Amino acid sequence: MRIENAGQLEQYRRECQARLDKQTRRLLVCCGPGCLANGSQAVSDAFKKVLRNRKIKGFKVEALKETGCHGFCEQGPLVVIEPEGIFYTRVKPAHAEKILEETIAKNKVIDKLLFRDHNNGQPITCYRDIPFYSRQQRIALRNIGQINQCDIDEYIATGGYSGMAKALTQMTPKQVIDEVTASGLRGRGGGGFPAGRKWKTAASAEDTPHYVICNGDEGDPGAFMDRAIMEGDPHSVIEGMIIAAYAVGAHEGYIYVREEYPLAVVNLQKAIEQATEYGLLGENIIGTDFTLELNISRGGGAFVCGESSALMRSVAGEVGEPRAKYVRSVLKGLYDKPTVLNNVESYACVPAIIDKGGKWFASIGTKKSTGTKAFSLVGKVRNTGLIEVPMGTTLREIIYDIGGGIQNDRPFKAVQTGGPSGGCLPEAKLDLPVDFDTLTEAGSMMGSGGMIVLDDQTCVVDLAKYFLAFLVDESCGKCVPCREGLHQLYGMAVAVSEGRATEETLEKMERLSEVVAVGSLCGLGKSGPNPFLSTVKYFRDEYLAHINDKKCPAGVCRELIRFEVIEDKCDGCMACVAACASNAITGQKKEPHVIDQELCNKCGACRTVCRRDAILVL
Amino acid sequence: MNHDLSKLSAIYDRYPRKPQSLIAVLQDIQKEYNFLPCEALKQTAEELNVPLSKVFSVSTFYNAFSLVPKGEKVIRICVGTTCHIRGAKQIQEQLEDELKIKAGQTTEDLQFSLEVVACVGACAMAPVVAVNERYHGNVTVGSCKKLLKKGKKG
Repeated sequence: MRIENAGQLEQYRRECQARLDKQTRRLLVCCGPGCLANGSQAVSDAFKKVLRNRKIKGFKVEALKETGCHGFCEQGPLVVIEPEGIFYTRVKPAHAEKILEETIAKNKVIDKLLFRDHNNGQPITCYRDIPFYSRQQRIALRNIGQINQCDIDEYIATGGYSGMAKALTQMTPKQVIDEVTASGLRGRGGGGFPAGRKWKTAASAEDTPHYVICNGDEGDPGAFMDRAIMEGDPHSVIEGMIIAAYAVGAHEGYIYVREEYPLAVVNLQKAIEQATEYGLLGENIIGTDFTLELNISRGGGAFVCGESSALMRSVAGEVGEPRAKYVRSVLKGLYDKPTVLNNVESYACVPAIIDKGGKWFASIGTKKSTGTKAFSLVGKVRNTGLIEVPMGTTLREIIYDIGGGIQNDRPFKAVQTGGPSGGCLPEAKLDLPVDFDTLTEAGSMMGSGGMIVLDDQTCVVDLAKYFLAFLVDESCGKCVPCREGLHQLYGMAVAVSEGRATEETLEKMERLSEVVAVGSLCGLGKSGPNPFLSTVKYFRDEYLAHINDKKCPAGVCRELIRFEVIEDKCDGCMACVAACASNAITGQKKEPHVIDQELCNKCGACRTVCRRDAILVL
Repeated sequence: MNHDLSKLSAIYDRYPRKPQSLIAVLQDIQKEYNFLPCEALKQTAEELNVPLSKVFSVSTFYNAFSLVPKGEKVIRICVGTTCHIRGAKQIQEQLEDELKIKAGQTTEDLQFSLEVVACVGACAMAPVVAVNERYHGNVTVGSCKKLLKKGKKG
């Protein structure tokens, strides 16, 4: 089938909607990254198996859907029944039959599978009533978890491709750019550069051809928003790219997907094929004379390729080394031609902006950072998952209201944002509004949206060491200050963590950080020292404890700690005996256990498994 | 070691024979053979009209490529930030201990390769271990053994 004009698209949308409306009950199984890791594919297969063998009254097989990430990964695998929004958590394949027979056939809610508020233990039936969801506002993630992730008809039914149709048939490229400029949309990959300005520069560049590229090389460890979008709503990215290509006069585009995301490649490929078949992509899109060919380019597993000029080299089949940006990539990008490169989430926002208007988007969020932002809220927070909130929401609201506070009610220590380029913010900064400029001022950065919550059992020296090791590994080696400087910083961080450093070491590290930041070409080196600088700024005492007292207050740095069992607390459950890989713990059932300090390798596995907090770190 | 290189031509046919196709071609070769055989690199250089030195440079730049054979099962321990603070290091030590190899190495019988990866994007389930393309969340030191047993069975 080919859709020949905007009218036909609207008519087809109504047909798709009508088909969906007939499914009075929809059973959504979350197949996002988190739920898949928890076995949701087996849950979905179990539903299919039951439905093959038996008819459930009033329920059609088509109404069973595998969706992208619904968000509340902590509680997965998730099953949602719409339109009521009945929300089942930690579903196992064995529950499939009961859910179909009780809830679908007889409208009976299964109490046992409901989410329970951790404050009062009360079950909550509908996910929309859970604070984790009710405090969010979703634009980029609007369809994820709601529709079948690989079905273009469902995307169209929700109004998909109508923004594109509006742009292509009712607007000039200049009007599209003006609308995006009015929306205030800034690059969601972390740079925060105004998308409208970027598009305007590319559109007016004389050199041809022009290219559009989608940066799906989500390399920040701890971030998975783009993965969720590419897997769960690939059409929103494609639609955004078509609109951008139309605005800047590009006829060829690339989606650069990270090597570690094979499912994203599969789903995007499927989406491109479907859209091309429908005449929504390829030659003469919906009967207009606009043509765009989209290709997927798979990354090779190099963090530095998230940087725009390195990414463009990689698309061209070369080694991903960044170049100096005296001339910006928007003018000389892929194959030295004008290139618009935006992040996955930015593109996913574009259809909504064209559809509802730039003014609408600008009315959400703060004055300088408009709209919403998706975050992966992870770490030691109670409700981990994928969220989207208006810009300007405070860190406290995100971590405590949506995230439900810290796991096991431990004290909050810091929140890490911006990945290896960002930093850690302490409790005193919790009331800062989250937007591009405020976070940068505070010494961290928004980054692509990874938000990792740390509790008192996370050591900031260890964390800085971790990020430095990561960057040493990923530095492409082109700039000496980055290649050698980070290496030296790492060595000194190790010295601190092993109690071999002096206060002079810290000063040296701070001085070297400056050199690395100034002397590197791309963001990797420029912001590489940030994790160290921000932790030493806010947690200097912890560094000094390592240096002067030879102690790791968080109980992480192995050279400075030892573990002991608190006899009075230990009930002899044998959990730590089983968990100890070096067989250093001995003891009988119901009798206090003992740790052999000679054998202990200080891994801390015993502390993780102990339910009675009976392992003491000294 | 000799390898059946007859499958290469099918891979070259999938892409335009241009230098731009280099990474995609190498990815497919890596997938087919579980590593990049030396002869395949030479042939790729000729087919795509790229100097062999550049093929080598690309093959060694990206983590996705390996010049030595990988095991049948590739176990990837996620060491992203979230997994790190939730104990990925312990998991890594446990697996290294069980398999008697270090991360980055392959068992002698070519059954398992052990790798660390900087984030697989399933942070909510940290720590995560992926066996080939299958993800396992909330892995504990205790569940590593089970994971390997399952892996051995297939």
